[in-house]
Amino acid sequence: MTTDMNADSYVTEDGRTIGPVVMDLKNITLRFGGVVAIKDISFDIREGEIRAIIGPNGAGKSSMLNVISGFYKPQEGEVYFRGSKRPQMKPYQVAQQGLARTFQNIALFDGMTVLDNIMTGRLNKMKANIFQQAIWKGKAEREEIENREACEKVIDFLEIQHIRKTPVGRLPYGLKKRVELARALAAEPSLLLLDEPMAGMNVEEKEDMSRFILDMNDEFGTTIALIEHDMGVVMDLSDRVVVMDYGKKIGDGTPDEVRNNQDVIDAYLGVSHD
Amino acid sequence: MPEQLLFAIEVTLNGLMAGVLYALVALGFVLIFKASGIFNYAQGVMALFAALTLVGIQQGQVPFSHLINAIFGTHIHHFPWQVPSIIAIILAAGVMVFFAWLVEKYILQHLIGQPDIILFMATIGLAYFMEGFGDMMWGSEIKTLDVGLPQGLNVAIDETTYGWFGYGFFIDNLDLVATLVAIVLVTVLVIFSQYTKQGRALRAVADDHSAALSVGISLRFIWVLVWSIAGFVALVAGIMWGAKSGVQFSLSLIALKALPVLMLGGFTSIPGAIIGGLIIGVGEQLFEFAIGPMVGGATQNWFAYVLALVFLIFRPQGLFGEKIIERV
Repeated sequence: MTTDMNADSYVTEDGRTIGPVVMDLKNITLRFGGVVAIKDISFDIREGEIRAIIGPNGAGKSSMLNVISGFYKPQEGEVYFRGSKRPQMKPYQVAQQGLARTFQNIALFDGMTVLDNIMTGRLNKMKANIFQQAIWKGKAEREEIENREACEKVIDFLEIQHIRKTPVGRLPYGLKKRVELARALAAEPSLLLLDEPMAGMNVEEKEDMSRFILDMNDEFGTTIALIEHDMGVVMDLSDRVVVMDYGKKIGDGTPDEVRNNQDVIDAYLGVSHD
Repeated sequence: MPEQLLFAIEVTLNGLMAGVLYALVALGFVLIFKASGIFNYAQGVMALFAALTLVGIQQGQVPFSHLINAIFGTHIHHFPWQVPSIIAIILAAGVMVFFAWLVEKYILQHLIGQPDIILFMATIGLAYFMEGFGDMMWGSEIKTLDVGLPQGLNVAIDETTYGWFGYGFFIDNLDLVATLVAIVLVTVLVIFSQYTKQGRALRAVADDHSAALSVGISLRFIWVLVWSIAGFVALVAGIMWGAKSGVQFSLSLIALKALPVLMLGGFTSIPGAIIGGLIIGVGEQLFEFAIGPMVGGATQNWFAYVLALVFLIFRPQGLFGEKIIERV
């Protein structure tokens, strides 16, 4: 079967529909003082796909994710979100537009329970003003119940019912990662960014996480962009892969294309300079 | 009941109510410290400034009248009107919200990501600026604050206790009102932070800035919000203390009394601020009552600090503060 990946939308071999471009990055350059972290990189993310960004340590992957989520402001280049150019935005404004993310070094609210953490993911869905909340009956109560139900769905989905009321600070690493994912998922994002979702996990935890990512994409149609070191995982999960090295893009395409790309092989295995 | 015991109970009750006033000041510190990790040295001056503003508005004082008179050679002091207490309080609260916005825009904004000590220094600068600014705006003379709160001996309690024990307790009406107000204030604050959307956002910001940003919370909004609430708490503290001892410079020094309260209760706990205030209030009254005469009195001046020091040795995080555990 051949698929035309340049069409507006196409259907993958496992029957998922990949839609038009959601996020389009054009000629992004990011510098920290004299250090060039990202150099003239362009790629796009399409609706419904799982897009991976890979590369050796220090390649600029996390910087790229931070540009997309608004934490870093690139010196050059443009970000198009759903077809329109995105102006300079603060990270919280980007989040309000429908982007959710997780962090490489887990950023959770340690003092709050798992449920409260996940509920913060839905803050932007709550519209009742302070007076309506003071009265509580009516809009505020209705909203709280609706959002609580949505959170319970996410909790069921990620199988963390048993720790619902536990303060996050007490959880082990693997579960924290899962709670962080739950918080991001609760926002019903139109694009979900995962910064090394499987870093530091054992094989079993990695398998669980892979399953969650695939199911998320399959059941909710969530568009996902992720950074990951584990090659096997990346090649299994993703529809398309961007490869970065020293801040430059050296490959972009399906896992098979990337695997056979000579530049990528050189970057990963090293190349003899003679 | 023996006279001594009754007297001790009376001292304890009065200590509890003095403690409530300490707790009110400490509460302002805790709110800001929790949400932004800043120890706001200016909290005491904020109470002074709020009280000055309230009195000024209420009595129809012309702001900056000294300055205006000096420049234009005029002799204006007061507008020809007085503002009812309740409206003056609302307006003063409005001024504190505006002040919060200014602090965020002109100070905090520019210091994002700086070490805590820099932010602390900034609040010291802010404290002295506000002190001078308050004097310039409203004049530096001692003012009486009267928003119609009842003052003096509570006759009902005096008579009831006299009927029971043959000894009338002396309880100040103002202290009773302060206690009630503090209870209402704390209840509202706890409900706000636990059950509202903004409260949840506030706790989120207190916990982790990046994570808060990533779920779409605006740090600026939360900071303005929390400084506004702290300003409002300062206003309440200013009203209570101002009604008790007049609005004057020494009002800003009550902040120093809040320090031992914070060490005792923990810098990050709202209930801690309340319990800490009560312990200090009761502790210093009872200590003065029992030990004071043996050591020549005036133990209130130092007792709180010594108690805080002892606490620091055995429980550095305070009674309710977050445990300091570093995972290695």
